[in-house]
Amino acid sequence: MEEEADMAERGVHDMGGEAGGPVDNHEHVPTLSERRVDALMQLMRANPRSYWVVDEMRRTIESLTPEHYNAAGYYEKWAYALRGLLIEKGVVTEAEIDAKLAEVKSRVAEQSEKC
Amino acid sequence: MAAFEIGQAVKVRAEHPLRPQPIHIRTPWYLRGKHGVVERRFGEFHNPEHLAVGQYDTPEVTLYWVRFTMDELWAGEGSYGSNDSLIVEIYEHWLVSQF
Repeated sequence: MEEEADMAERGVHDMGGEAGGPVDNHEHVPTLSERRVDALMQLMRANPRSYWVVDEMRRTIESLTPEHYNAAGYYEKWAYALRGLLIEKGVVTEAEIDAKLAEVKSRVAEQSEKC
Repeated sequence: MAAFEIGQAVKVRAEHPLRPQPIHIRTPWYLRGKHGVVERRFGEFHNPEHLAVGQYDTPEVTLYWVRFTMDELWAGEGSYGSNDSLIVEIYEHWLVSQF
């Protein structure tokens, strides 16, 4: 019985005791985008206007689909959490994020045409 | 207030709350249903399962250090040294007393 439950309900992140494959131990310098994600996360959790606690961030990351979870890097998972929590807490709307993304994408496209 | 004493034999609840609704549980899957011994008591903390869904004011729960032998965790059948063990932080509501 319990074996069947294992298959259905174990979270993708909850991998303790499973064979995980080789671990890449190389140090790397955080990229600009990684540092920005980190900074935004710290700002949103800073007092006095802390919008969420660490357990809420973990809940959003652990609720990613296995496909998203396994494909995303460390700070990409943070970015997913930021997006989800910013919307959930009413800081910004999904429409505002989508509009900004569209604006940035068209700006990048224009710049690459000029090159 | 705390339900368990240092040195007391305990078992981790063999519960597996359903996904995929948003949950956050700090008791690792591989420990559920395993037997251990209370090593240390830390004090009272808010339940992270409640904090994870924005409930910041629910009653605090006691957090323990629980020691498990490697034989117990990985079905070693005596192949691990008797001192080979793992200590994990577990909240009180995940533990039951074992006599």
